[in-house]
Amino acid sequence: MKGFLLAAALVAVLLLLNGLFTGSLISGVSISPYYLQILSLAGINIILAVSLNLINGFTGQFSIGHAGFMAIGAYGAAYVTATFGERIRSALPALPEVALDSLILLLALAVGALMAAGAGFLVGVPSLRLRGDYLAIVTLGFGEIIRVFILNIDAVGGARGFSGIPKLASFFWIYVFAAATIAVVYRIVHSSFGRTLIAIREDEIAAEAMGVNTTRSKVISFVVSSAMAGVAGGLFGHYLMYLHTNSFTFIKSFEIIIMIVIGGLGSITGSVLGAVLFIGLTEGLREFAQYRMLVFSLLLIVLMIVRPQGILGHREFGGLFQRFRRRRLDTPAPPPVIQA
Amino acid sequence: MNGLSLGSIYALIALGYTMVYGVLRLINFAHGDVYMVGAYTGYYLSRKLKGDEPSLLAALLVMLGAMLACALLGVIIERFAYRPVRRASRLSLLITAIGVSLFLENAAQLLFGADPKFFPSLAPRTDFILGGVRITSEQLTVIGVSVLLMLALRFFILKTRTGKAMRAVSFNQDAAKLMGISTDRIIAITFALGSALAAAAGVLIGMQIPKIDPLMGILYGLKAFVAAVLGGIGNIPGAVVGGLLIGNSEVMVVGYLSSTYRDAIAFAILILVLLLRPQGIFGRVQKEKV
Amino acid sequence: MPILSLSGVTMRFGGLVAVNALDLAIEPGQLYGLIGPNGAGKTTVFNVITGVYSPTSGAVRFDGEEIAGQRSGRITRRGIARTFQNIRLFSEMTVVENVKVAFHCRQEASLASAVFRTRTHGSEEARVDRESRELLKIFRLDGLAGEKARNLPYGSQRRMEIARAMATSPRLLLLDEPAAGMNPNEANELMDLIRWVRDHFGMAVLLVEHNMKVVMGICETVHVLDYGSTIAIGKPAEIQRDPKVIEAYLGGA
Repeated sequence: MKGFLLAAALVAVLLLLNGLFTGSLISGVSISPYYLQILSLAGINIILAVSLNLINGFTGQFSIGHAGFMAIGAYGAAYVTATFGERIRSALPALPEVALDSLILLLALAVGALMAAGAGFLVGVPSLRLRGDYLAIVTLGFGEIIRVFILNIDAVGGARGFSGIPKLASFFWIYVFAAATIAVVYRIVHSSFGRTLIAIREDEIAAEAMGVNTTRSKVISFVVSSAMAGVAGGLFGHYLMYLHTNSFTFIKSFEIIIMIVIGGLGSITGSVLGAVLFIGLTEGLREFAQYRMLVFSLLLIVLMIVRPQGILGHREFGGLFQRFRRRRLDTPAPPPVIQA
Repeated sequence: MNGLSLGSIYALIALGYTMVYGVLRLINFAHGDVYMVGAYTGYYLSRKLKGDEPSLLAALLVMLGAMLACALLGVIIERFAYRPVRRASRLSLLITAIGVSLFLENAAQLLFGADPKFFPSLAPRTDFILGGVRITSEQLTVIGVSVLLMLALRFFILKTRTGKAMRAVSFNQDAAKLMGISTDRIIAITFALGSALAAAAGVLIGMQIPKIDPLMGILYGLKAFVAAVLGGIGNIPGAVVGGLLIGNSEVMVVGYLSSTYRDAIAFAILILVLLLRPQGIFGRVQKEKV
Repeated sequence: MPILSLSGVTMRFGGLVAVNALDLAIEPGQLYGLIGPNGAGKTTVFNVITGVYSPTSGAVRFDGEEIAGQRSGRITRRGIARTFQNIRLFSEMTVVENVKVAFHCRQEASLASAVFRTRTHGSEEARVDRESRELLKIFRLDGLAGEKARNLPYGSQRRMEIARAMATSPRLLLLDEPAAGMNPNEANELMDLIRWVRDHFGMAVLLVEHNMKVVMGICETVHVLDYGSTIAIGKPAEIQRDPKVIEAYLGGA
């Protein structure tokens, strides 16, 4: 029940913020569309970063194909809206506009997520058998194959892109799903299943020897992660109202990697931080847009030398929360550090 | 562009991947971009050296100049980006390599401009008919130079002391150190050699397909990487065989199917190899010691 | 019926024969020692039994069923657990979390129940937590429960590995040089621990060890390997007197 109340409170807060930001709550009070867009895109980045971290950071499987699953979700969701949107509206004329919009969006996102999950399964099962570097290459390859495949489908616009998507996603919906993503990943990580993922990251052979079905765990986390990327994609398309495969190249995958590496692989808070920092830096350097990727690539190199664990490493909320949490759950407080 | 000359280009680049993987167990993501830098170095050098008439001497100087420049670039990358993280996790190395690759691409776009440039022609162009097949002098040059370089590399690795040291380091770094081999020096030499070969490939490609652009390294690099994996990553003859196989498959696909699938064939081969026989044609399965 | 039997098991790596037509049988609840000079193939035998390697030929039967070539996770779930020669910890996880991972295969947990935090999830987590801590208490690691595994002193890490293996409720426990690096006191404690664990939980124990005091002290049967082949099997006292064994360890006269 506690979780339910928390969720309800969060939804209320987001509704309030949404109203304030868009000016629909109090007339004359709003933030500029430019800042609203940045905030909204940051929310989508959060979903992407947190979901990728589940597989890269917590399970230790280095995948560079996340943009591919985002694309599938984006195009799948947009296609559903374009094909079934009108039919739904005419079938339920009694419902208010807002409810209809939300219903269509949720339906589209569900389909997008399912398609992305399916793709995640198809890519994951053969690929996750491979070791680190090879897995990275294969996922990179699959991401590109997916993109080129979509590019050749005329029904979703092909090289012209997919335009005319209704703006069904808003700041509110994006952050509802961002919060949901964080909650789901948090619960997964702090469960028995999550422990198997971390064990796989730490030592896959030992994990297998302790009875963990490592293939099953890896594939499940990969599928869940891909589904979330699909949701991010669906929200992306329904916010920007236009899709082109150029938004889903390996550069996009690299950008998400940069986010989670900066924030700290293996830290949910870190991914959120990294996502926000990334878009902050991107916008902050807008005048120097041509130097943006140069700066980021240099940052990556330096980061790996100086602080490979990123800002937060494996910790959440930077250590403090960790100590607090432990005191609540474990009965004795941990003894002082043993000198090895 | 026929299969043999394209395959030779892939082979030259693949050699760099395979040699670096052999000594460091690192997939040097940035290698394709070194090839691109080689092409651009060749471009600027040939503009400088170009007389009124294309000359063989100029071509030679351009080639050597590009190879030297990229050898230096390779050593610098290794020293400042890879060496500090050599002891770190494989993941850190991979991320660093991605960072270097992105850096080179973006720096090139800024310095050289994102628009493609056209390589000036350096040598007189003639066509030959050999057994009913037309071969251009450019293709002959590509094949000829590639073969020369590969033979030189083979001689170096098999007959010289440094070459032997390279092989020792690729088998067991710690043992090599105990034998008194300076692994740092050997690794630097490996990078220098691999980068020089990539540069040669860049110049050769510039001569064949005169169009070069800052992102050319991505696709060529990826295909050359597939070639290295196909032959067995870490295996030098494997890289050559792999390169030739990929080059010929690509030309055949374009000829018999359609050009839209030209890039897809390399991806398809990569996925097939990794799923069916990840150690490649000549590689051995590495069993982890438990 | 033996709980574990190997018949004619051969393991070949390219041209090298690491294990040569090995026959071995362990009875339920038995303390069985496997010794031999370095390179005799002992850890390879472990790896074949636990599914890390698939034997080149021969049969491996656990409780009558063929298990050769199966995945090690599956073999563990059947009831064989192991420790490693070079300790393999989940370094970033705490001691209690390390043990909890091993309980996973005996749990009713599903991902959906974790995400939606059902009552089953809560009760299962509580049960696993309780049982993990009880296990840690047996191994005198309860004070270090919240400590990161990599911070533990060497001896505690070895004990933790055994505790973790125990969490899978094995009927056969494979210990790969558990006394390595221990001083005589620690080795004595280890001997008592292994004996106690066998008496209390009733599982068979297959022990690979170089520390002869430990082997001869607790094993009921000792099996001697040299160059992948059996050179003697018998009670500790017999083995210690066996000339072939003495020659294998000390070389010819």
